[in-house]
Amino acid sequence: MNTYEAGSFDVIVVGAGHAGSEAALAAAKIGAKTVMVTINLDMVAFMPCNPSIGGPAKGIVVREIDALGGAMAKVIDKTHIQMRLLNTGKGPAVRALRAQADKVMYQREMKRMLENEPNLTLMQGMVEQLLVEDGVCKGVITKTGAIYRAKTVVITTGTFLRGEIIIGELKYSSGPNNQQPSIRLSEHLEELGFELMRFKTGTPPRINSRTIDYSKTEIQPGDPEPRAFSYETTEFITDQLPCWLTYTTEKTHQIIDANLHRSPMFSGMIKGTGPRYCPSIEDKIVRFHDKPRHQIFLEPEGRETEEVYIQGLSTSLPEEIQHEMIASVPGLENAKMMRPGYAIEYDAINPTQLWPTLETKLIKNLYTAGQINGTSGYEEAAAQGIMAGINAAFRALGKGEDLILKRSDAYIGVLIDDLVTKGVQEPYRLLTSRAEYRLLLRHDNADLRLTELGYKIGLISEDRYKKFLEKKSKIEQEMKRLKNIIIKPNEKTQQLIKKLGGTELKDGVRASDLLKRPEVHFEHIKQLITPDPTLTPEVEEQVEIQIKYEGYIDKALQQVDRMKKMEDKKIPIDIDYDAIPGLANEAKENLKKVQPLTLAQASRISGVNPADISILLVYLEQGKIAKVSTK
Amino acid sequence: MDTDTIAAISTPIGEGAIGIVRLSGKDSIPIVDRLFKSPSGKRLKDAKTHTIHYGHLYDGDVLVEEVMVSVMKGPKTFTREDVVEINCHGGIVSVNRVLETVLANGARLAEPGEFTKRAFMNGRIDLSQAEAIMDLIRAKTDRAMNVALGQMEGRLSRMIRKLRSEILEVLAQVEVNIDYPEYDDVEEMTHKLLKEKALFVKQEISRLLDTAKQGKILREGVATAIIGRPNVGKSSLLNSFARENKAIVTDIPGTTRDVIEEYVNIKGVPLKLIDTAGIRETDDTVERIGVERSRKVVKEADLILFVLSNNEQLTEEDRLLFQMIQGMEAIIVINKTDLPTKIDIKEVERLAEGRPIVYLSLMEDRGLEQLENTITSKFFSGEIETNDFTYVSNARHISLLKEALKSVDDVLNGIEAGIPVDILQIDMTKIWETLGEITGDTVHDELINQLFSQFCLGK
Repeated sequence: MNTYEAGSFDVIVVGAGHAGSEAALAAAKIGAKTVMVTINLDMVAFMPCNPSIGGPAKGIVVREIDALGGAMAKVIDKTHIQMRLLNTGKGPAVRALRAQADKVMYQREMKRMLENEPNLTLMQGMVEQLLVEDGVCKGVITKTGAIYRAKTVVITTGTFLRGEIIIGELKYSSGPNNQQPSIRLSEHLEELGFELMRFKTGTPPRINSRTIDYSKTEIQPGDPEPRAFSYETTEFITDQLPCWLTYTTEKTHQIIDANLHRSPMFSGMIKGTGPRYCPSIEDKIVRFHDKPRHQIFLEPEGRETEEVYIQGLSTSLPEEIQHEMIASVPGLENAKMMRPGYAIEYDAINPTQLWPTLETKLIKNLYTAGQINGTSGYEEAAAQGIMAGINAAFRALGKGEDLILKRSDAYIGVLIDDLVTKGVQEPYRLLTSRAEYRLLLRHDNADLRLTELGYKIGLISEDRYKKFLEKKSKIEQEMKRLKNIIIKPNEKTQQLIKKLGGTELKDGVRASDLLKRPEVHFEHIKQLITPDPTLTPEVEEQVEIQIKYEGYIDKALQQVDRMKKMEDKKIPIDIDYDAIPGLANEAKENLKKVQPLTLAQASRISGVNPADISILLVYLEQGKIAKVSTK
Repeated sequence: MDTDTIAAISTPIGEGAIGIVRLSGKDSIPIVDRLFKSPSGKRLKDAKTHTIHYGHLYDGDVLVEEVMVSVMKGPKTFTREDVVEINCHGGIVSVNRVLETVLANGARLAEPGEFTKRAFMNGRIDLSQAEAIMDLIRAKTDRAMNVALGQMEGRLSRMIRKLRSEILEVLAQVEVNIDYPEYDDVEEMTHKLLKEKALFVKQEISRLLDTAKQGKILREGVATAIIGRPNVGKSSLLNSFARENKAIVTDIPGTTRDVIEEYVNIKGVPLKLIDTAGIRETDDTVERIGVERSRKVVKEADLILFVLSNNEQLTEEDRLLFQMIQGMEAIIVINKTDLPTKIDIKEVERLAEGRPIVYLSLMEDRGLEQLENTITSKFFSGEIETNDFTYVSNARHISLLKEALKSVDDVLNGIEAGIPVDILQIDMTKIWETLGEITGDTVHDELINQLFSQFCLGK
């Protein structure tokens, strides 16, 4: 094959999905000369599955990406067709935004952002090989013979690696949505020594909106209040489109039952491991046979298309059966299918082969992010993308530092720690239950947690940072003020409390203590004290949450503090676990595989028990004590 | 690095006449000082280092033990920290009670090998000994693990597992409410519902703790009936046990004066042996009375030692006794193996229905060890179920249960204070994890597995 030199860069990003876009933007903004190489430039930030971004845990991640200076929040704020705040009836820790996206607009907006980034070059091409010298990645080679050289490389190939689409008895080599798959790169990664896993995911059929009888469904509108993911968004979309709810019927289940033998899931045709949280409809019917009906959400794919995504009907049954299934759902009796649902199998690398920076252990200066690391979801991909982009840029620019978020810093920290410490057995999705400090990792305080960091990295503008500091100090001031104001049990106070259904005051009480009562909110406190007119609703929300849940937040902080000792205890990379007597064999094997960077990370590895951690600690302390005793 | 005060039993459990509970850390002297009363009114905090003091340990107003307390101030101690050693009577009951008392008053239970680890960390032990310490940690942990494993199969862990799985269902329900807010098929976890569940959990944990407080089985022992026809060796067996195991109390006449009770301690397991040997047997009524008495004793027993003679064929009475103990925890003891075998072993095996059969010769002093092992293994595996079984006898378990109970109270208080369910979930999870430490199940993924097996989720 003829090759040619296509240029020298600081960072190469392979792929332009949700991980690739964030990685390329972050790297370029930090100051790294970056090139993004992708199979098809029309597929930038494409959503091959559901047309939505956010939701529990995921929505918080989108805000975290925004606080670090990423793009996803800003893009969806401009391109959604509907937005909702979920879990409003629950505590502040689990609230999260979810937006229905206009897929095409989302892509267009992200592409524009990439195109307008001065430090970033976009080029269409299929990367087939990595340039690796002495275990260090130096660049990539494309199918057309272009050699791109760079100091670091980020691979974000999603489900393209040796992708195969399966519909009923049909199976063919393909990326998502009938795109060209990436076959050679997968083989090359194997040749380089990476351990690959075979995963499976799937998507439901799409139907034409004009053929849906919406009168037989229930409307699911967006929130009337304007909402946004990004802390920088000031313009809100008010013109929203609704989604619709319908259900499968007994007939649907009969059709599926009668054709199970043709399902590749059950015929043995699909070998890849699928996610439990995203089962196909045939899977649901088999596993929960007694359930008489399943929810089906009809979600528009955009403003300028009639295509509608059928959430809940993910399937890989033969196309003709899919027609039958659709027709069995109320409201869809005459619906015309536009694209069939399908299952897709693809290669992913086992993420225990990565450092917490997302650099591969096998090859220096090579990073991977997104679905290739065994995750699923646009948000999970974007989160890894921005982290890998930052770390790749830091390395390329010789900044000499790595960015690793702790589990107590962000859901992003939970996500990456889970991946590299525990590995994955199925496509990984973030859930709020994966976070042990979820009261600290709230959707409302993502900026307070991460803006400082984003600013230090160089992804947050001076202007935004100044506003952030202002907000922060306002919150602190107001909290202090409320702790010093005594509210007297006068008539006005007692009446308000009575109206709210609380017990009347016996003595004067601090405003902050009154706010801790479940029935009292900041708006009520404002009626009893001289309010500060300069406070924004966001500041007031923070003050209320931080005061109301102070006891629980403190408890969580203490937990973090206890863990800190272990988080701070670094384990040298060249440690020889075989030389440490007393470690259990299983612990030894897993420690060697994961190569944890801190004692805390070591303690989270499966098969490593507290005794092993004690032994490890004794071993690590040896050096220090040797020094002490020779003095 | 470590600033808290740790405590542990530093003598082998259930062996020896004296038990020692050791504390190390900056609060070890104040903690014991608060609990200790000497006849002279002298305070431990005023005591000179490396001195020993006689007195009594109190938990509030309740007398715990008569003790000797050694006070050793750092750095001239094993750990280089302040160390206090409480010497008390040997045996599980006293030592556990002392440990429990110091744990309830500010000390934390030491991890396996932690004293040695502290000694090392504080530079007390030199570098060359580091490897030995690692081995020690491993060895001690393995032993602790074995004990834990023994208990895991037992009734305590069965109960705790059951409780945990109920909590897990609550947790999964709350998580589904959070992660799948639009999912229609699951009831919303409300304060009312959560309160119900929390109260149930509280009641269950309290019940376990109550039995622990009574320490019934440890104080009274496993009620063990020795039954069998006359002259098969019941009295000899009782006497052997008493002789070998330095009976704690001897020859306490039973309440009915018909039976003899003997308290023995077999490798840390206290048995209350009940023997029908004291019954005077008259010629004409021997069979009737023997059976009658046996019937009564058997009814009250947690464990039955059924003694048969190797030298005699099975009689109708033997078969009757087998019938009487059907389905009960029993060990079949075939005595007199020094004499020729006349008993039909096949039939005994059939009648034993899988229960252990132990051969011994009390005459030649053979087989007693094996019988003791059979008894203790039955005890530690939880096969023995008594009317008032103490599920919890181990101080570690007690302190964990108390911790769990505190979290339950946190949940209940939170409900009263109107805290959202998803925040209460934090304490609910803590209960589940703390209970998991007792059984050794703390895998976090369980919750996620539960989520997806219990509910039909996904797009």
